[in-house]
Amino acid sequence: MNLLLLNLIILIYLLATVYLGYRGWRSTKGSEDYMVAGRKSHPYVMAMSYGATFISTSAIVGFGGTAGLFGMGLLWLTFLNIFVGIFIAFVFFGKRTRRMGHNLQAMTFPEFLGRRFNSQFIQAFSGVVIFLGMPLYAAVVLIGAARFLETTLAISFEMALLTFSIIVAAYVIWGGLKGVMYTDAMQGTIMLVGMVFLLIMTYSHLGGITTAHQALTDLAPLVPANLAAMGHMGWTVMPTLGSAWWWTLVSTIVLGVGIGVLAMPQLVVRFMTVRSNRELNRGVLIGGFFILMMTGVAFDVGALSNVFFVQQDGVIAIAAAAGNADSIIPLYINAAMPEWFVYIFMLTLLAAGMSTLSSQIHTQGTAIGRDIYENLKKEANSRDRATLLVTRVGVIIAIIIAVTLGYLLPESIIARGTAIFFGLCASAFLSTYAAAVFWKRATRQGAIASLITGTFASIFWLVFVHKSEATALGISKMIIGRDLLITQMPWPVVDPIVVAFPLAFVVMVVVSLATKPPEEDEVEKCFKGIE
Amino acid sequence: MLGINDPWIWGVYLLCLLSTLLCVAYGLINWNQGTISETEEITEEKEWEQLEEEVEEELGL
Repeated sequence: MNLLLLNLIILIYLLATVYLGYRGWRSTKGSEDYMVAGRKSHPYVMAMSYGATFISTSAIVGFGGTAGLFGMGLLWLTFLNIFVGIFIAFVFFGKRTRRMGHNLQAMTFPEFLGRRFNSQFIQAFSGVVIFLGMPLYAAVVLIGAARFLETTLAISFEMALLTFSIIVAAYVIWGGLKGVMYTDAMQGTIMLVGMVFLLIMTYSHLGGITTAHQALTDLAPLVPANLAAMGHMGWTVMPTLGSAWWWTLVSTIVLGVGIGVLAMPQLVVRFMTVRSNRELNRGVLIGGFFILMMTGVAFDVGALSNVFFVQQDGVIAIAAAAGNADSIIPLYINAAMPEWFVYIFMLTLLAAGMSTLSSQIHTQGTAIGRDIYENLKKEANSRDRATLLVTRVGVIIAIIIAVTLGYLLPESIIARGTAIFFGLCASAFLSTYAAAVFWKRATRQGAIASLITGTFASIFWLVFVHKSEATALGISKMIIGRDLLITQMPWPVVDPIVVAFPLAFVVMVVVSLATKPPEEDEVEKCFKGIE
Repeated sequence: MLGINDPWIWGVYLLCLLSTLLCVAYGLINWNQGTISETEEITEEKEWEQLEEEVEEELGL
């Protein structure tokens, strides 16, 4: 590998990033620019930024590797990513959110919920959930990017972690959401090019679409006995219904991430950055295609990598990667693709990691500055310079936490960390958010009860019931003396979202109906301009 | 179909492509829908400014 050439490519890329961050900084004059990009974003910038933030290294490397292990069943997640994450999100949630965000002059997701239900508690509580929950997700994205820099540039993991985070921190701190979105759009474009090539080359390498799939289907007898016992039946077959493998695939991977996207604070805020519905209409086209080319290609290629490894080395992908699913995609790219593509793909991953991380720390910064600090300090308003300052300090704190966690977290954590955060968002926020934009009868009490129920039910399930986290955390063992509260199958493999989200939803409806309806003119103010 | 026997898998393979087509078609059909006219925008911004001024007066800023 030509290290000099690679360093040069990365340098040009970084210079472009810095330039776009600078452009963002130049056109940022106040909180509205810093937090919602002045509400006048171009549809391409908005849609690419949404997509590039949505799709991280974790989606491509972590989940792509997971597809190498689980097979094409992961395409259900791609379907949800496109249909729920783009179509439903933009057409049904996005338009209402944009309008209502305008009506309420909200600048962050917690502020949106807080003003909709006229409750400072909702805003502050949501801000705290985001600030405490998001570092895990940010850290796994950071780990993914740093691992790749470590192997490519032959620098230490610590060095990679530090360099990467300093660059991202710099353009988020100064450029605000404009800086984030401009760089996102460029990074998204790079990702698109990289994945299109990956798809074409994989299929042509394996002899065409049907031939490649048939070869993968024929590998079914190679499923290791221990996985077969858990329900794995091959890479082009769904796992046995109700088996542990099936529950993990469907509840954690597909539902957790597929539905959770609707209530991701850093994505919802994108809807408030455009001037009119026209931008969202155009964004649907761009976003839908973008996501197909991201997770669709990553999962397809991840699964198909088994064919390549069997043909070349006689072992399946997870065996070739020595049991670490996170290594399947990097290994496949290095072994199967021409050298020039390895460079492009590395840039793709760098872009994917950066675009997601920048939004995560921006969201955490605004959670501290706007939702916690300014919200509690009542006399402040959006012109307050102190708010911007606190937000910037929040960004710095967020990145420090992410870097620290990046050092501490174990291996093979990437996909799981992502799924935990998506699940938490869905459980905590989705019912409240959906009620906020669709249900005029929803009350403040209902929203508060739902928010609290969803958050704590989700945490409780992670700590006491869901095997992979409960055992690792050890809190359950400490308090009740055993690893899990319920050991009867399938509960230990059922994801928190399956329990916490419906619970939060029911609480929302029941409490709202049991409490006094909200003042009509207040509700009308929120829904002004929404048919 | 497509070298895949399980209908749940080839089905979702097609669903991914169809949902992308849906997004593309929706975007094309509504390409120019949903703009707000400039007068609308100006009125809206005026309203906001007025509101903001009132709030600031109330706060004694």
